[in-house]
Amino acid sequence: MDLITEGVIRAIGLILSGDPEVLTITALSLFVSVVGTLLACLWSIPMSAALALRSFHGKRIVKGLFNALIGVPTVALGLYLYLLLSRAGPLGHFQLLYTPYAIMIGQAALVTPIVVSFATGALESVDPDLRMLARTLGASEFQTYGVIIKEAFWGVVLAVIAAFNRAFAELGIAMMLGGNIRNLTRVLTTAIALETARGEIALSIALSFILLGIVMSLSIAINLARKSTR
Amino acid sequence: MTPYLETVDVTKHYDGVHALDRVSVAAHLGQVTTIVGVNGAGKTSLLKILAGLDTPSAGRILIQGHESSQDELRSHCTMVFQRSVMFGSNVYNNVAYGLNTGGIPRQDVSSRVKSALALVNLDGFEKRHARKLSSGEQQRVAIARALALERDVLLVDEATANLDPANAMIIERAIKDSARSRAVVLSTHNLSQARRLSDRLVHLYKGRVVEEGDSSRFFASPSDERTKLFINGELQF
Repeated sequence: MDLITEGVIRAIGLILSGDPEVLTITALSLFVSVVGTLLACLWSIPMSAALALRSFHGKRIVKGLFNALIGVPTVALGLYLYLLLSRAGPLGHFQLLYTPYAIMIGQAALVTPIVVSFATGALESVDPDLRMLARTLGASEFQTYGVIIKEAFWGVVLAVIAAFNRAFAELGIAMMLGGNIRNLTRVLTTAIALETARGEIALSIALSFILLGIVMSLSIAINLARKSTR
Repeated sequence: MTPYLETVDVTKHYDGVHALDRVSVAAHLGQVTTIVGVNGAGKTSLLKILAGLDTPSAGRILIQGHESSQDELRSHCTMVFQRSVMFGSNVYNNVAYGLNTGGIPRQDVSSRVKSALALVNLDGFEKRHARKLSSGEQQRVAIARALALERDVLLVDEATANLDPANAMIIERAIKDSARSRAVVLSTHNLSQARRLSDRLVHLYKGRVVEEGDSSRFFASPSDERTKLFINGELQF
């Protein structure tokens, strides 16, 4: 119990004093996860729009596949990406392994099914008659997509936030593809794992507070923003 | 006189079922043409085709005597649905949507929104959230939104079904007034409403036109047995 209490007190001290190590790890974590999530959004949101708004053969299978991929074990995904990016792998030439870019790519791959599934659900939940209405009011096919996306805006934002939270709190991929190299690829989750193993409980607790604080405050902020615009 | 909007032998199948079977109807400027019929008669299918929202399986649709594409139909017609559908925004933005989409200058949009809302007694409702209005008020917004576009054809699909008499009366008055400058095609199974509003009536039964004519003749001396039963409230589905 003393260890925990002492750890919490020291953790608060580390955060309040702006410890450089803590700040570096936090900044890198945020940067990597934001880029990874945005990267995933680049292809996931258009895919969601196609899945929600277009009809094609095999649509249900594709949607089912993305739903199933949400639960993919991160170590398995990490392993496959490791094999792809390792020196002997097909993408080894780019020398991305053990760089922040490798973590970004891994996180983007990990959260793609989350963005696709959640954003598709949000777009599909929009009243289908709105499309017809927009058409009768002179909107082009493209403009009706704008109407649907606008209606589903907060649902899509929540999908992106859920994806970011998943990426930000992810350990396996960051460890396998980043290697937990200090000041280069050490992010909050890998640092917590390392410092706990080393017995640096105070630093672990400080980092976990930051991790939880960012994830929770982001979710709360989005919910408040969504309510205030209704 | 050439009708403004006309269907010629329009047929529509859905999975082998005939929703419309060689339907020919005409709508003239300055008149309300009412499509009556029991539920499932094909009224909504016909209106959706006229609005350019659906394609006929066969047949032609003419505007001023010329065969028209779906895009042309959409540029001449607008439709009010049975269930009012509102954009998740305020009343002003709902009514202004079609005007903004059509590239109308902002100052004109504002005045046209105001005029359209006045037609349905919703002056001062501009800033109210459309989805928080009562169903009657929402339907009046839907009518205003359609009228603001100033299209030549207004299609109204059972717009007063399930509304209280006060809201229904405001909507009926707006429809009647709007028919002075455009062709209105109304669908309803409410015969008293059809009697109040219509210049011409068409009776659709199982996707086929079984009776059509001027309002007075339609009600006074229908020639089709099913129309007589329908007018007397005795027609079985």
